[in-house]
Amino acid sequence: MTTTNPSVARAHEDGRRGGGRRGGRRPGDRSSSVPPYPRAPAYLTYLAGKLSGAVVSLLAVLVTGFFLFRIVPGDPVAAMTRGMPTSAEQLATLRRQFGLDLPVWRQFTDYCGRALTGDLGTSYQFRQPVGELIAQRLPATLLLTGVAVVLYSALGLWLGTRSAWRHGGLGDRLNTGLALTLWSVPSFWLGLLLIIVFSVGVGPVPGLFPTGGMSSGTTTGPAQVLDVAHHMVLPVLTLVAVGYAQTLLVTRASLLDEMGGDYLVTARAKGLRDDLVRRRHAVPNALLPTVTMVFINLGHVAAGSILVETVFSWPGLGGLFYQALSVPDLPLVQGLFMVFAGAMIVMNLLADLAYPLLDPRVGR
Amino acid sequence: MTAPDGPAPSSGRGATPSSGRGAAPDPEPPSTAHGAAPAPAAPWTPWTRRRRSAARFWRRYRAHRAGLCGLAVLLVIALVALAAPLLVGDGARSVTDAPGTALEEPSGRFPLGTDQFGRPVLGLLVWGARVSLTVGLLAAALSVAIGTLIGVAAGHFGGWFATVVMRITDWFLVMPTLVLAIVLATVLSRSVWTVILAIGVTVWPTTARLVRAQTIAVESRPYIERARALGGGHLHVMRRHVLPNVLPLVLSQTTLCVSSAILTEATLAFLGLGDPTVVSWGGMLQDAREAGAVSSGHWWYLAPPGIAVAVVALAFTLCGRALESVLNPRLGVGR
Repeated sequence: MTTTNPSVARAHEDGRRGGGRRGGRRPGDRSSSVPPYPRAPAYLTYLAGKLSGAVVSLLAVLVTGFFLFRIVPGDPVAAMTRGMPTSAEQLATLRRQFGLDLPVWRQFTDYCGRALTGDLGTSYQFRQPVGELIAQRLPATLLLTGVAVVLYSALGLWLGTRSAWRHGGLGDRLNTGLALTLWSVPSFWLGLLLIIVFSVGVGPVPGLFPTGGMSSGTTTGPAQVLDVAHHMVLPVLTLVAVGYAQTLLVTRASLLDEMGGDYLVTARAKGLRDDLVRRRHAVPNALLPTVTMVFINLGHVAAGSILVETVFSWPGLGGLFYQALSVPDLPLVQGLFMVFAGAMIVMNLLADLAYPLLDPRVGR
Repeated sequence: MTAPDGPAPSSGRGATPSSGRGAAPDPEPPSTAHGAAPAPAAPWTPWTRRRRSAARFWRRYRAHRAGLCGLAVLLVIALVALAAPLLVGDGARSVTDAPGTALEEPSGRFPLGTDQFGRPVLGLLVWGARVSLTVGLLAAALSVAIGTLIGVAAGHFGGWFATVVMRITDWFLVMPTLVLAIVLATVLSRSVWTVILAIGVTVWPTTARLVRAQTIAVESRPYIERARALGGGHLHVMRRHVLPNVLPLVLSQTTLCVSSAILTEATLAFLGLGDPTVVSWGGMLQDAREAGAVSSGHWWYLAPPGIAVAVVALAFTLCGRALESVLNPRLGVGR
């Protein structure tokens, strides 16, 4: 499994350089002989470094967002008016309206100025400000992927811990095998199959769940909550099935790394029960990479469900991205691209900021 | 590794695998451990050593049953893909001259039924294997090549060069890969090469980071100092000493990359960003969805391409994990 975060790789490298095993001290431990952590100046330096890195990344996204969409072949105005009889004056008006008649550097400065004030341009397709469209669709995506990320992180953590604790056994092999298989399945395909089985119905089994959308739109109050939950079952199931493998494997590998630790022998020698050794000693030390995974997955909250939202016609950002692609509605694609990338950068920053709290060796 | 250098580059391998990331820490025959002149009775060429280490590698790989299964599946699928013109013929993918009628159920003539143009689904599946494997392998090769080049250069030169390069790498690493690939595939023209490019240039950063760490570990070993003292330049050190030690890691990384590249290819094709004139598994799923296979319950059209993608991706993952645990026993993936 590839690790998708620099910080995980960095944490691994640190662990190796530091002589392998971590000390027996748990992250939450504060005995009197240990200096209070994180030491303020070191933490501040670390903080400043990470913050400036994130700002540079965000600016880079801004610049990429502009130039990536200027290499597109063809005239966006021509593409927009395809199939509609338009005169030369109308084309010129449209071009002026979207600022396409200005030289590239002027377009760039205008674009930067507008983007910094939160104006992402106007969608060709919906004739509506991109920011407004995104704000409308954001809650649905946050709801769907937020629930899915929480569920599959918990599931992956639980199964990964069990797997590592009895590694090599039948349970471990079944667990890892199933996770790897589900991880190899394309999420959109799994979604389509679930729709066939549970929504359309196979043979005598009737359709149990709706085929798509977020609600039936006829209910209010508590009934509406249930209705939305009913619509969410299949998309969440798809996301969890495809997503939990990564958390499982990361947790398993990092716990296996801890399992030879002397401090576990000590914990057992003083008579702790097996599950206490696991819960209080081994797992907290192995948690760092898993926490990173959770943050990464939260960063994917925006982008991670493009396919599942498309398949289940969920009215979120992913579905909007698909609609924008099929035109292609460049301002909208551009705006969504920046939102997706920005979410990742912010979540990575949060993960970096959380490390020193979880592991005092980071950031010194 | 030419004659004058003799077995020197590998001596580090035999010595101390201190950083843990090195190649398999096997004790090598004493004649290679010292870089002394190969004197014994049998003529000792570099090829003897390579043959032996290949045999040793295979012995270890064989111990991983899942890896062997993956390899067997891949061999079969690769053979089927290569033999596609012989097995199903070109008629299977012709829209105008299709052998069956639209959306037939599975029968003796068409074991997996037909699509909306009357083409046999089984034939399409065989043709689709070619595209998936080609794109998967080439995209993974491209990304790993970029990653290795950048990783070795950053690890070797260090200093401000490495700082700048790794900043860029980190930046790519936090980009949502799929979104970037989709955007690239959107703004470029529709072709198989676009898909390869879009996947290749978005997934290299992980490799770059791994390779850089490994390069730094290798370069801290004494034989690199020896090579420098003997007058080896940058290029010599990187090509003859660093690269051979990094390659095992790169190999397992490539194998793991292929499975995600195949999944991404299917995803892009499903979103309609692939080459519409080529039959691919993702494209078949898109066709199936557009033909209403979901609402009418045509599972025989929808299920096979997805299973094919999953099987190939899983096979590559299993091979990659087996390779990884053979080559880097400390990573512990196979334990």
